[in-house]
Amino acid sequence: MTRDEIKDLILEIIKDIDEDADFDTLQSDLPLRDQLDLDSMDFLDIVMELRKRHKLQIPEADYPQLASLTSCVNYLEPLLKNI
Amino acid sequence: MPFSLDKAADCYDVIVIGSGLGGLTTAKRLSYCGHKVLLLEFHHQLGGLATWFKRKGHIFDVSLHGFPYGMVKTCKKYWTKEITQSIVQLKNIVFDNPQFSLKTSFDRLDFTALLNQKFRIPQTTIDRFFATVAGMNFYDDQTMTTRELFEEFFPGRSDVHRLLMEPITYANGSTLDDPAITYGIVFSNFMNKGVFTFEGGTDKLIGLMTEDLERNGVTICTNAKVDRIIVEKGKVRGVEVGGRTITAPAVVSNSGITNTIQDLAGRDAFSTDFLAKADAIRVNNSSCQVYIGLKPEAAIEDKGDLLFTSTAPIFDSSELLDLHTRSKTFSIYYPKTRPGHDRHTIVASMNSRFDDWSTLTPEAYDTEKQALIERTLVDLNRYFPDIEEKIDWLEAATPKTFNRYTLHTRGTSFGTKFEGLAVSRSIFKEVGGLFHVGSVGIIMSGWLGAINYGVIIANDVDGYVRSL
Repeated sequence: MTRDEIKDLILEIIKDIDEDADFDTLQSDLPLRDQLDLDSMDFLDIVMELRKRHKLQIPEADYPQLASLTSCVNYLEPLLKNI
Repeated sequence: MPFSLDKAADCYDVIVIGSGLGGLTTAKRLSYCGHKVLLLEFHHQLGGLATWFKRKGHIFDVSLHGFPYGMVKTCKKYWTKEITQSIVQLKNIVFDNPQFSLKTSFDRLDFTALLNQKFRIPQTTIDRFFATVAGMNFYDDQTMTTRELFEEFFPGRSDVHRLLMEPITYANGSTLDDPAITYGIVFSNFMNKGVFTFEGGTDKLIGLMTEDLERNGVTICTNAKVDRIIVEKGKVRGVEVGGRTITAPAVVSNSGITNTIQDLAGRDAFSTDFLAKADAIRVNNSSCQVYIGLKPEAAIEDKGDLLFTSTAPIFDSSELLDLHTRSKTFSIYYPKTRPGHDRHTIVASMNSRFDDWSTLTPEAYDTEKQALIERTLVDLNRYFPDIEEKIDWLEAATPKTFNRYTLHTRGTSFGTKFEGLAVSRSIFKEVGGLFHVGSVGIIMSGWLGAINYGVIIANDVDGYVRSL
């Protein structure tokens, strides 16, 4: 997957979690939690969805890597390079 | 409709033991992730302590009372639209005790106004207090107790301590001496938007959840009491139930954590270090309830939805647990609770210690139970004069009753104290494929806590099963 595809994947998963999520003003480098109405349960949903869709196992210690859109892409890029 | 055990297959991806809200939610999430799931419940009815029973045309809700607004988001994400749409607000929460009497919507806005105007607390203190509790996480430092938290912000103000603590004590069984985070997290959840309930009652909720599980392909068996979780070479192999062996690489116990370790898996399955931690788990207290049904033609004035009442001079955690406590909550279920089912029921709830009841002789037990009902009626008369003439059903439950129906160690109605959470979360690292979901650590309790914890554990199970 390219960086843009990974970004779209994350946004698509977030849209499933919260259909009212507004991405228009979303800044990629800032924490998602501060900009969208996301809590720790929502991040767990993202982890579960990535496992379901792409068989990715993200250890709990790595959850903080999903904080912002940019950090998500940085973390997932090597894991999804062959997909 | 749930099946009897003979309809179950011999092999599943995951077996869930127990159908409390945590067990139901774990089963739902795992089936959503594509696993073949078997749900086993020893009782004839699903729901665990999220339960109800019928008497003389009444439907009594045991633990519906009220939950935080977070249930809307949680049910929307993990259950169905129909379940989400039945969640409605309870707007009138009443406090009545020798220190103050007031009515509130139990949200941050109203509490801020009350604390400021009625209790004369400076706005800056209120704001700092709310910011402090809202910032609490379950992995934070636990050395500060709730008592210390209250003393820091509202020193010497036993009236304010009572306003802040009393409802949470009934919500999760926590005391002033438990870690402040167990208070702050639950209190903040309620303060978000107030107190909510499920229109249609517990029976409707569990019915909708059962339908959803069946749509997702979960096999549900009731009257199926698991005798043993089979552990071989440090890993789970399945369960023994009703003379059968059913295998699965993962078993999720929604039985109590203490029951899971002592009774289901057995001590032999665990290391000495782990058992030391498990043995240190304190189960929380149990409850007493009095169920009051009003005659079909009887009507009562709307005096509020939840009444936190006490005649004790000040709030004291041990007074609330006393066999003869003068503090109780009345959950008033008006006909609006179950549209179309035009009846009033009242459930009085008290916190209680199992040992106070289990050690009584049969005669003394009956006498105490009757006295509990009498005291409840005296208290209820203060709000609804002549209520006794309107009653057509009266019944009481004690910690022994809770023990009989849930099988929980010492009838605990609020799971375990804080240390239970770490043991529950790490049990699969001790025995491969063995998971626990249920009320632990005070935080993961109540309807919202149980459901969310079910999601957290389902994630652990899914990760484990997919790594095999």
